[in-house]
Amino acid sequence: MTPLLELQNLSKNYGKIRAVDRLSIKIEKGNVYGLLGPNGSGKSTTLGMVLNVVNPSSGSFQWFGGTLNVHQALKRIGAIIERPNFYPYMTAMQNLKLVCTIKQCPYEQVEEKLKLVELWDRRDSNFSTYSLGMKQRLAIASALVNDPELLILDEPTNGLDPKGIHQIRALITKIANQGTTVLLASHLLDEVEKVCSHVIVLKNGVKYYEGAVDELTHSQGFFELAAPNLKLLESILVQLNLFETIKLNSDKITAYPKAAIAPEVLNQKLAEKKIYLSALNFKKKTLEEQFLELTDNPNNT
Amino acid sequence: MIRLLKIEWTKLYHNKISRILIACYFLLITFIAFIAAIKIEVGPIKFHLAEQGIFNFPYIWHFNTFIIGYMKVFFAIIIVSMAASEYSYKTLKQNLIDGLSKKEVLLSKIYTMLAFIVASTLFTFMTSLVLGLIFSDYTEISIIFSDLEYLVAYAIKLFGFFSFCLFLGIWIKRAAFALGFLIVWQMAEGISYGLMKWQLSDWIPGLTAEHVFQFFPLNAMSNLIKEPFTRLSGIQNIAKQVGETFDKDYGFDLTSSLVVLGWSFVFLWATYRLLQKRDL
Repeated sequence: MTPLLELQNLSKNYGKIRAVDRLSIKIEKGNVYGLLGPNGSGKSTTLGMVLNVVNPSSGSFQWFGGTLNVHQALKRIGAIIERPNFYPYMTAMQNLKLVCTIKQCPYEQVEEKLKLVELWDRRDSNFSTYSLGMKQRLAIASALVNDPELLILDEPTNGLDPKGIHQIRALITKIANQGTTVLLASHLLDEVEKVCSHVIVLKNGVKYYEGAVDELTHSQGFFELAAPNLKLLESILVQLNLFETIKLNSDKITAYPKAAIAPEVLNQKLAEKKIYLSALNFKKKTLEEQFLELTDNPNNT
Repeated sequence: MIRLLKIEWTKLYHNKISRILIACYFLLITFIAFIAAIKIEVGPIKFHLAEQGIFNFPYIWHFNTFIIGYMKVFFAIIIVSMAASEYSYKTLKQNLIDGLSKKEVLLSKIYTMLAFIVASTLFTFMTSLVLGLIFSDYTEISIIFSDLEYLVAYAIKLFGFFSFCLFLGIWIKRAAFALGFLIVWQMAEGISYGLMKWQLSDWIPGLTAEHVFQFFPLNAMSNLIKEPFTRLSGIQNIAKQVGETFDKDYGFDLTSSLVVLGWSFVFLWATYRLLQKRDL
């Protein structure tokens, strides 16, 4: 199947600074992607390039397999980047109708989308009178007004209060569950972990990781173990030769397996060695821990 | 094209200030008729402007296009702010993301500009025609419709000026600064003319200041329709009495038209390049 969007060695230089460095990504239909990276890692620049507002320095990208030129393709997707930008002197309704004219889609969706983001009652208020949360919600409605094949969201919860963040997240989940492909750029990892099926990790414009969220969080589970005699437990664990690193803490041992190993199997093996555990915890790393590990290690690419 | 016009019109129409300015512009064109009502009576001296022959065909085409030409300042504000506000509201970015191409962004502005030029030229034509029919001493069809090239010159003048405004709005991104720049530019043209008049012939013999000055954009625009006052018989009579004659060519000036159209092309092309090159 042709990917919705494909980037090949896309780069952007701002003077001497390389904001995006030979980035290659494929966005397939039906997935929910999280584009992760600290501030200044090139997320927005990357999105800017595929959205026709930043000129790439080198490399290329294709929408829908290159069958459409960029601005035609953009009519079939929806995107909000950074801050919601609308004409402040126009109402929500007028702004969305203008978007429809630009996207060449019928006005019929406007009502439905404004209701979806709970702005229908305020449809005739000028955009300038909206709170930040409302502006952000209007931006989402505008991005959805053409029933996009791909929805791009850049930091959609930036600057919102907890209630606003919650509303936006619930909306994204709802949209993703309807089968829309979503690309969500964020530095808020729990946000990505909650809604995304795939992640792409960027740092300094370089891709560090691309794959399913599950693989990233599952593959590297780890154990927290405790026994009456921690020293003995440690030596037995070393003997078993199943672990890559074994850390002895004051009251427990943290052990990272070389390959996946089920907790009951480990328990059995230790029992055979006459070690009886007082605690056994199998933990999966959170995306945040994974992310920090990926981006902190300079050799990891 | 209709779609692009509709997009730009929506943006303008919902903006209260541009709506007021557009209304003012067309009202002022209409109200130029009130000049006709100017009557000055101071004791024995009676002066009625309409009787001075300013509304005679075909002179009226010259007079009205010249006077109404000044109203273009209203439109300069609209064009500059319609370009600059896309940057200040960051809606240019949003328009591009929504699927407008950079070419379409520029075309939507140019089409709007052209629509206003057509409307303004038609309005000027209608107002002058009505005024002329009321006040003109000559109403033969052949006289009424002679010298219509002033309307062509008028349209070219507006096109050149608006192209300059559009470029400044996009280039400077701030409406107030762009308008300020326009004023500074006007002064710069004047000052450089003065300097050239003073020194140029000394440096390069045979080259006069006028030779160079006719290629300056704003000067070329004003050369398109020369001042009509010294053409009035009353003024010429007074001049004769003091021993002065005006032997100006008041007609349609092809060089100026070409210069203005050339500048328009440069401004619009530069605007397009700016849109293409800039990262948002």
